[in-house]
Amino acid sequence: MSAEAAHHGQGHGHDHGHEGGASHGSFGSYVTGFVLSVILTAIPFWLVMARPLESALWTGIIIMAFAAVQIVVHMIYFLHMNTKSEGGWTVLALIFTVTLVVITLTGSLWVMHHMNANMMPMSVEQLRHQP
Amino acid sequence: MMHTDTAPPGTAPVFHHEEEHHPETSTLLGFWIYLMSDCLIFAVLFATYGVLGRNYAAGPSPKDLFDLPLVALNTSMLLFSSITYGFAMLAMDKGRTAATQMWLAVTGLFGAAFLGIELYEFAHLIHEGAGPGRSAFLSAFFTLVGTHGLHVTFGLIWLIVLMVQVAQRGLIPENTRRLMCLSMFWHFLDVIWIGVFTFVYLMGVLQ
Repeated sequence: MSAEAAHHGQGHGHDHGHEGGASHGSFGSYVTGFVLSVILTAIPFWLVMARPLESALWTGIIIMAFAAVQIVVHMIYFLHMNTKSEGGWTVLALIFTVTLVVITLTGSLWVMHHMNANMMPMSVEQLRHQP
Repeated sequence: MMHTDTAPPGTAPVFHHEEEHHPETSTLLGFWIYLMSDCLIFAVLFATYGVLGRNYAAGPSPKDLFDLPLVALNTSMLLFSSITYGFAMLAMDKGRTAATQMWLAVTGLFGAAFLGIELYEFAHLIHEGAGPGRSAFLSAFFTLVGTHGLHVTFGLIWLIVLMVQVAQRGLIPENTRRLMCLSMFWHFLDVIWIGVFTFVYLMGVLQ
């Protein structure tokens, strides 16, 4: 965030106020975002394709963490999210959406996992006719 | 400058002058809210995939099907298209019409390459007998990845239409506003793709 602000300061000065704070970033901020994205993409692919870590659990946790960081990088450097654009309304909408997304994802996975776990065991007859 | 013509003498002073902006600001906020609603569509599709993703119906699993080098190539296409769109926006800011058109064309080519690779992958899967009707896992997979691909297709159509508009009218305020909306749409699709390649492809092969 601070890097982008710094780039902005020395940039070509397009903040004439016609964008309501939604900046387009600068060449430097796009390149920074791109380089970070390449690194954050390459490492998870390497972790899964070369499997330097034995544990599948830890590899999974690490690649999920990389994805989360990369989403934030894209938000800041490509989508130019900041708390001031549109008087804070974009961030508010984003927080609301992220809340709903988290409820949807964790709720669905949690409930459906428990339903799977608590299914009545199948009889031999049912198993025979299973598709 | 503010409200000298609207406020009659004797009324209370008007304090909302900070909100006096050009209409394009509200367009961008509205488009952002559309993107957030689109995000919810993808959240539901991700949840569906998360629930059904391991129901193989004795069919192939992600490990048998997914070709990670191809997915990595696909990801790089989308990432390149993101930065070239950024360069188009920078050229637009400086009012360089030809450079904007050139970067938009490059973005379009990367987007088309992404779609081509994805269609090749889909055709390959269906040819192997792993079509959307094979198992719940594959139904959810084709729905999620196909919806993303459909978004990219519409983004590509939008991009071509805007290139024609810019060629005809130049970088007028209406066109810069449209290009800014497409910019948000395009980068948003890249954000969704991060979720797809991590959650579907990498986690699938990892299982």
